[in-house]
Amino acid sequence: MNGKVVTITSGKGGVGKTTTTANLGIALASTGDKVVCIDSDIGLRNLDVVMGLENRIVYDLVDAIEGRCRTSQAMIRDKQFETLFLIPAAQTRDKNAVSPSDMVRLCDALREELDWILIDSPAGIERGFRNALAPSDEVLVVTNPEVSAVRDADRIIGLVEAEEKGPAKLIINRINPGMVKRGDMLSADDVVELLAVKLIGIVPEDEAVLVSTNHGSPVVLNEKSRAGQAFADIAKRLKGETVPWMDLDEKDGFFNRIGKMISGGS
Amino acid sequence: MEIKGTKDGILVNLENQDWLEAKGDLVGQIDARLDFFNGAQLILDVGNNVLRAKELGELRDFLSEKGVLLSGIISQSIVTKETAQMLGMTTKLTKLIEKPVKKMKPLDTVIAGEAAVMIHRTMRSGFKVAYQGHVVVLGDVNPGAEIIASGSIVVWGHLRGMVHAGAEGDEEAVVCALDLSPMQLRIGSHVAVSPPESGKPQPEIASVKENQIIAEPWQY
Repeated sequence: MNGKVVTITSGKGGVGKTTTTANLGIALASTGDKVVCIDSDIGLRNLDVVMGLENRIVYDLVDAIEGRCRTSQAMIRDKQFETLFLIPAAQTRDKNAVSPSDMVRLCDALREELDWILIDSPAGIERGFRNALAPSDEVLVVTNPEVSAVRDADRIIGLVEAEEKGPAKLIINRINPGMVKRGDMLSADDVVELLAVKLIGIVPEDEAVLVSTNHGSPVVLNEKSRAGQAFADIAKRLKGETVPWMDLDEKDGFFNRIGKMISGGS
Repeated sequence: MEIKGTKDGILVNLENQDWLEAKGDLVGQIDARLDFFNGAQLILDVGNNVLRAKELGELRDFLSEKGVLLSGIISQSIVTKETAQMLGMTTKLTKLIEKPVKKMKPLDTVIAGEAAVMIHRTMRSGFKVAYQGHVVVLGDVNPGAEIIASGSIVVWGHLRGMVHAGAEGDEEAVVCALDLSPMQLRIGSHVAVSPPESGKPQPEIASVKENQIIAEPWQY
């Protein structure tokens, strides 16, 4: 097997890297692919929480790298999907416990066994980011449609290019079609125009994401969620399929119409 | 005695020698290096030596016996030249026949140009260029990127970052871009910020006029 290493990064914190990693992991595993998600945010782990696997952690990434356990022992099998695994970050260590070459070595070993190695990068452009970037074959940059997040995404895309890991692909997360329509939010086109990179997904703002994150059951499992659908589409695009872009206005348009009727009547 | 190959044959320089002595040397050389001289065309530079038909004729016959053709005589002496011409020898080297090419004055339409650096990529946040001269970017300059140039700055794309033209005090420097909306624009000691965007971007050029930075649409 010759697995692909995909790094999910953003620069700015809180834009949805971890949510994206968990959902892509599940979406890819649900098609039968063998997937491991690696939380490389050492000292601030949370991918295990989002995936609902926190209580199963015995060994972690640093244990595997420092040889205190076999790599397979640090891989926690998902509750639902047989072919999905998590390598959690160490909570009690810091970023310097791991070097970029450690990550390359680990991922090269994992490539033999798995189809996909998804690395959840920490925020920032420090050691943790370098660790996450070093082994990657493909980089997904997550951003929100807001100026500060886009600025950081631009910086990250530049660094990815400088490391010759580019061109990065872009995920615009938490877009609110209603706000875009009213001109209160950057549109996907605005963001892509500024960043000048290829878009691989647009994920609408969706309350279901927060709910499912708190339950440790990623939103992609919720077939009614549009955000979940968007993550599933990204997974398909990663696999090389051509997927039509979701019509973001569909549902929101309906509510907008009602809103307009009400405001028009008053 | 100096021997060198030319387009016309082997040129032997005897100009600083008395003729008799020179002739002896030449004959000695030829005898010593028959292989080299056999079949060659020989041109002698005899300098100011005055040679008459008898001397040249004898030399020519002597040389032809050795398989060497005396084909030319270079000399400052008019008598020697005339003698050589009479004997059917050339008195000029091809190189010398060619008119020396006069160095053409460069036309006014040829411009030397000035030092500039070309950046063919998008300059993203965190990228910085500092250059002694002009800077040309073929691509966008995103917010968070910086360009500092002692000369002018040209951006073939969106200019949204920070630029400083004429950074060493050149107030004649300009900044132009297809979409001129920099975070901050400096020329020399002047600083300006872009007004809020209005309408479709158009190419603009910014320069210092009456002590402030003015951006004007690019007329073409």
